[in-house]
Amino acid sequence: MKYLQGKAGWAILIALALLFPLVAGNNYQLYVMSLAFIFAISTAGLNLITGYTGQLNLGHAGFMAIGAYTVGILTVTYEWPFWGAFAMSGVVAGVIGFFVGVVSLRLKEHFFAIFTLCVGFIIYLIIEKWDSVTGGTVGIIGIPGPAPIGPITFDSAISQYYLVVFFLVVSLWLMHRIVNSLLGRTFIAIRNSDDLAQALGINLMRNKTLSFVLSTFYAGIAGGLYAGYVRFLGPDLAGTHYTFDMITYLLVGGIGTLMGPVAGSLLVAWVTQSLQFLQDYRMVVFGPLLVLLVIFFPHGIVGFYYKKRMEREMKKRAAEASRAQAVKKEAGTNA
Amino acid sequence: MELFFQLVLNGLTLGSVYGLVALGLTLVYGILHVPNFSHGALYMVGAYVAFILMSNYGVNYWVAIAGAAVVVGVLAMLSERLVFHPLRDAPPIHDKIAAIGILLFLEAGVMAIWGADFRRMPTPYSGIVDIFGLTAPAQRLLIIAGAFVLVVALHLFLKKTILGSTIIAMAQNREGAALVGINATKVSLLTFFISGALAAVAAGLFAPINLVYPAMGHLVIMKAFVIIVLGGMGSIPGAIIGGLIIGFAESFAGFYISTHYKDLVAFLLLVVILSVRPEGLFTKGVR
Repeated sequence: MKYLQGKAGWAILIALALLFPLVAGNNYQLYVMSLAFIFAISTAGLNLITGYTGQLNLGHAGFMAIGAYTVGILTVTYEWPFWGAFAMSGVVAGVIGFFVGVVSLRLKEHFFAIFTLCVGFIIYLIIEKWDSVTGGTVGIIGIPGPAPIGPITFDSAISQYYLVVFFLVVSLWLMHRIVNSLLGRTFIAIRNSDDLAQALGINLMRNKTLSFVLSTFYAGIAGGLYAGYVRFLGPDLAGTHYTFDMITYLLVGGIGTLMGPVAGSLLVAWVTQSLQFLQDYRMVVFGPLLVLLVIFFPHGIVGFYYKKRMEREMKKRAAEASRAQAVKKEAGTNA
Repeated sequence: MELFFQLVLNGLTLGSVYGLVALGLTLVYGILHVPNFSHGALYMVGAYVAFILMSNYGVNYWVAIAGAAVVVGVLAMLSERLVFHPLRDAPPIHDKIAAIGILLFLEAGVMAIWGADFRRMPTPYSGIVDIFGLTAPAQRLLIIAGAFVLVVALHLFLKKTILGSTIIAMAQNREGAALVGINATKVSLLTFFISGALAAVAAGLFAPINLVYPAMGHLVIMKAFVIIVLGGMGSIPGAIIGGLIIGFAESFAGFYISTHYKDLVAFLLLVVILSVRPEGLFTKGVR
């Protein structure tokens, strides 16, 4: 499995994503894949605050909805061009995320989870009740798709798919840079023990807020893409079940790993497709699955892969060490 | 005056229901330190079981509520045994996610069995009562009286019986309780049963003036969380007082501010209070 690491690994995964349209039988499969990738971007954001920084944010879908509604309202009501509105989607979600973060991150563990659950619900209620701006329960329809950039247009399903892949790759690459930097290590230190992190001189509040703002920025961008891709919005998008869906992706794929969100959202999306006959009842399967994963398999697919790799390396190292010892012993007896 | 009385009555009704749900939540939190996100789903299942017992089997209203209490209590015990117990040593984020898994399963399960329709639960107490020249719907008075009786009974059980005091002992100090020979498993199961049963009774009492549907637990559970954060996680009087505060705030805000945004009141209250006092209203010292 060595070829899945480093630059070669990135190249292989990107190539697979780029080649998918050749394998896909129809546009519907492209649609499922694109949506899974959009949610993977949002889940990557959730992973930063929950997986790397250790704060369970239960209002994440609310921030995705903020990003989506930013695009919807700006393009439909104010007739902004798509890309201008899209750029704002991440910014608006990030700014609101900053204010929510400043208040909520003073709370620890359960209190933070409960608080963000309430924040998510407030966002949902505001979107649902504020008819004059958000269209209330009817939502927003007729959102323009991504405008052409120079000669490249985004009219066909394949071009839209590639657009989503482009944003996914950029977001993952940025996430890779973040979590492997000193900043990422700071986040992980906070997750492992915030008391210890504080004793090391880490400013908890500033770092947690930064992580939260980045995660809501990701959610906002994913929401903006969603608005441009699906072209209509309802308050449903801010609902807690979308947050719970993203937590499922995170756990299936592997919480606190870079590729976990992608692996999880892809796998769950395709399993859901094959469980079509269950319709709205798919949670009858995924609910217990979530519980079983947490109990028996808490690191998900990607985490499992890392664990196996580490075990193999340990074994190799142990074997090498014993061989070295044997050689030394032999040398000792010969002397 | 008449109007004011109606608002007070409304606030008391809401406060009673929220208080009962919050009580179960706070009891479980006191023992396990798990915010049980699946509690709202237990509430919802309670309403469904009572409704099905009444409409399909023609069972008496009170028997239906008692039946729902038993079924949901057992369900809560199962969740403790199968899910929370194996996760007792896991990082704190895991049991929260597992609780969400239970919530999703119960909701989807109810939807698969009984459908997503809104149903109206019948009640034998649909009349109107006259007291001191003021009129009140009988069901609302019943909710208030029922909640009052349950809270008193629970208080007596926790303070006056040995079985009840084991729950308090374990909430105070887990190791200490184990040292004096209290069986932690038994106490956890008992607490989960009580918590589930309280949720089911609250649902059975409230359902006739509300509707029965799979998502009915969402708002109630979130308000219950607001309540136990306000009242201090694990505090029993805090849950009751918090329930009344939220009930009254909603009732009065719904009339004087806007019915449109009345569900927002509880959450805004939480945001404001936690912004000023991150440790909750009634807690002493730092968390």
